Amino acid sequence: MNLTSELRELKDEIRGYASEFGLDFFETFFELLDFDELNEVAAFGGFPTRYPHWRFGMEYEELSKGYSYGLQKIYEMVINNDPCYAYLMNCNALVDQKLVIAHVYAHSDFFKNNLWFSKTDRKMMDKMANHGTKIRRYIEKLGHEKVETFIDVCLTLENLVDYHAPFVKRRDDRRTRAGGEDEEEAALRAGVVRLRSKEYMDRFINPPEFLEAQKRRLEDKIQRKRRFPEDKQKDVLEFLLEYAPLQRWEQEILSMIREEAYYFAPQGMTKIMNEGWATYWHSTLMTQRILKDSELIDYADHHSGTLGTRPGALNPYKVGVELFRDIEDRWNKGKFGKEFDECDDLVAKKNWNRDLGLGRQKIFEVRKIYNDVSFIDTFLNEDFCREQKLFVYRYNPRSGQYEIGDRDFAKVKEQLLYSLTNMGQPFIYVTDGNYSNRGELYLWHKWDGIDLRFDQALDTLKGIHRIWQRPVHLETKEEGRGRLLSFDGENTSIKEITPTQ
Amino acid sequence: MVHKIEKDLLRFKQIVRGKIKKDLRKYITRGELIGKKGKHLVSIPLPQIEIPHFRYGSNKREGVGQGDGEKGTPVGSDGEGNGPGGDQPGEHLLEVDITLEELAKILGEELQLPNIKPRGNKNVVAEKDRYTHIRKTGPESLRHFKRTFKEALRRQLMMGTYDPTKPRILPIREDKRFLSWETKQSPENNAVVIYMMDVSGSMGNEQKEIVRIESFWIDTWLRSQYKNIECRYVVHDAVAKEVDQHTFYHLRESGGTKISSAYELCLKLIQEKFSPYEWNIYPFHFSDGDNWSGKDTSRCAELLEQEILPKANVFCYGQVKSAYGSGQFKGDLDKHFAGDDRLITSEILNRDGILDSIKAFLGKGR
Repeated sequence: MNLTSELRELKDEIRGYASEFGLDFFETFFELLDFDELNEVAAFGGFPTRYPHWRFGMEYEELSKGYSYGLQKIYEMVINNDPCYAYLMNCNALVDQKLVIAHVYAHSDFFKNNLWFSKTDRKMMDKMANHGTKIRRYIEKLGHEKVETFIDVCLTLENLVDYHAPFVKRRDDRRTRAGGEDEEEAALRAGVVRLRSKEYMDRFINPPEFLEAQKRRLEDKIQRKRRFPEDKQKDVLEFLLEYAPLQRWEQEILSMIREEAYYFAPQGMTKIMNEGWATYWHSTLMTQRILKDSELIDYADHHSGTLGTRPGALNPYKVGVELFRDIEDRWNKGKFGKEFDECDDLVAKKNWNRDLGLGRQKIFEVRKIYNDVSFIDTFLNEDFCREQKLFVYRYNPRSGQYEIGDRDFAKVKEQLLYSLTNMGQPFIYVTDGNYSNRGELYLWHKWDGIDLRFDQALDTLKGIHRIWQRPVHLETKEEGRGRLLSFDGENTSIKEITPTQ
Repeated sequence: MVHKIEKDLLRFKQIVRGKIKKDLRKYITRGELIGKKGKHLVSIPLPQIEIPHFRYGSNKREGVGQGDGEKGTPVGSDGEGNGPGGDQPGEHLLEVDITLEELAKILGEELQLPNIKPRGNKNVVAEKDRYTHIRKTGPESLRHFKRTFKEALRRQLMMGTYDPTKPRILPIREDKRFLSWETKQSPENNAVVIYMMDVSGSMGNEQKEIVRIESFWIDTWLRSQYKNIECRYVVHDAVAKEVDQHTFYHLRESGGTKISSAYELCLKLIQEKFSPYEWNIYPFHFSDGDNWSGKDTSRCAELLEQEILPKANVFCYGQVKSAYGSGQFKGDLDKHFAGDDRLITSEILNRDGILDSIKAFLGKGR
């Protein structure tokens, strides 16, 4: 449903304020939905239609149950697309709608300007619909069961992508290099290059150990070239797409799932920033322009609900907006740079004010080039950590509860960064596509202290096997000891091994 | 509006239902999962269908939180937040509400239980009218407005008399459609289940739990088959008495075992309150198979043969394995009633045996 005329006027008004403050957004279309429709759209990840899959039904069930028991409510949805689409819930109070519209414009600005979104497909609305049509066609041709089962498999591999891949310029000569002798091989044949020396000095300048090491290095290099893939590859999906024996329809579906994973990735990578930015702007626009006196209480109520915190969880809206405000304040007062950092007079530091007024400019810059990891890494400082009462919680096996473990700044920051890195997912690489020279696939998990869930890992291996069609292995560790999880098409196994890296 | 999501939702529900079917044994043996809510709802906390991923397990799980509190203050049981993989839904359970009827249906499908054919003519039949049809004649009060106008519009379009600029639709007599009804006869069957249990010292907690779980499922099934169902509970050691449900499952007596005392009480109940001409009668007896004496066992057989079996739909005896019971009784019954399908015995070795026992009891459709 289109906006009511009242809301349309309101939208134009808010749009004006947003531009006035320098927000630069995609043209944004609003639609008014009832709760049921909104739940449906939300279950589809914000899109009006997706390919048929039970998982969307499950999400919908959860959302609509949550809504009908009064546990949760979605106020809006925005889609990263050009033009941007946003959905409002039609039963929201007018003041809520104002807040939400302001919020949406800030999201739209973020989508358009943040670097990490720059490679996303801005016509995703159409693309999603196309994916839906294609998969529906496959279903008609091949049967629901078959296609759905394959989608299930693809979805287990959904997170095996490299979130930085869109920004990496690929070496395109990788495959053309296969034939012919390389310079390294030629060098090896000709004998190791010796350093030039007088004869009587040769023993010292080119000692046997040195020559031996040189030779090993060359051999190593050749070995490496023979390896497949040459370097470990994090985009497992891409590797499978390129080399797995897939049928045409399978390849299409896998590539669609990969495409969608890359489309959604930046939203996961900038959750804190994106919500913080939108919250910063809805509060700024509401309090400085939009609000009428009579609406103040309702606005404050809603706004504080958005920013509420629970001890066991970090609210991205809260952390985001506070950090943006902190940055604005610091850059307004000049609380940055060598002079400030090296000042050890706490009182002077506290009252530091150079009246630079660079705050606004700085936060616009921040929204352009940072993602959550770099945002937290660069701007979360000790004062902020203390003021915001951040802490690390950990599981206490004795009480069987999660408890506040530490308020130490370094630990909080480390933990926070750790949980944001790779969106909290384990790092998995393809290291060998021709393991033991039998065309088996060897994956490697970069273990950093936390074990994988082996039951799920084995199921995931089964999924990869479905695609690779040869035995698959995953090297990982369990409490520091090497483990090799394998699936050979019939049986799964877990073996103890010496870690390879 | 028909939602696009509906297909996906339906599919999800099918899968869930299939999962319940597949794991029925698990749910059935884990009695504590089944809690009756109110009168008709049963709620099975069911793991959300989780798509497997390479993901972190729970060892050394830490996260960042925000708020007041000293070191060691609990942060609430859901240590979700921004821990590693904190954006995952984690371990939470999706409650799938299904009705008792649906559960019974799943049970019936899975165990291939036949529907019960109520005995004789002791069924009161109720008639009910339902308006499910459309016809061309009928009283004006039953005119189906929408269908009528649709017909009229169709006719006018065909005759070319419909003018979109002046959309005026006039139904004539042939256009009119009326609601029509169908009379359905629904039999109203009554059934009574008489649960009898041996509570002598040898029946431990585990044995009682097995009885409790099994009777829950028997209840569920019979309720899906009969409109009205009544349950009576009898416990016995050397003497029998009627108790309420709670006492039935929690009483712990000791002493000797005289099974005939229970059967006598059961018979008395039938004679006094549940005339076999009006009721379908289901006596269930659970014991560990130890009886006082061979003489008493003969007395039981006599009671069954002459009094109870002719009156009951089926008599079921479930023998729960216990460390102390001799398990003699089942053998005695089997020998005495060989070939008589009015009496069904089954031995329940442990919780996993419950399902087979239910199938044995109810699989004959009596």
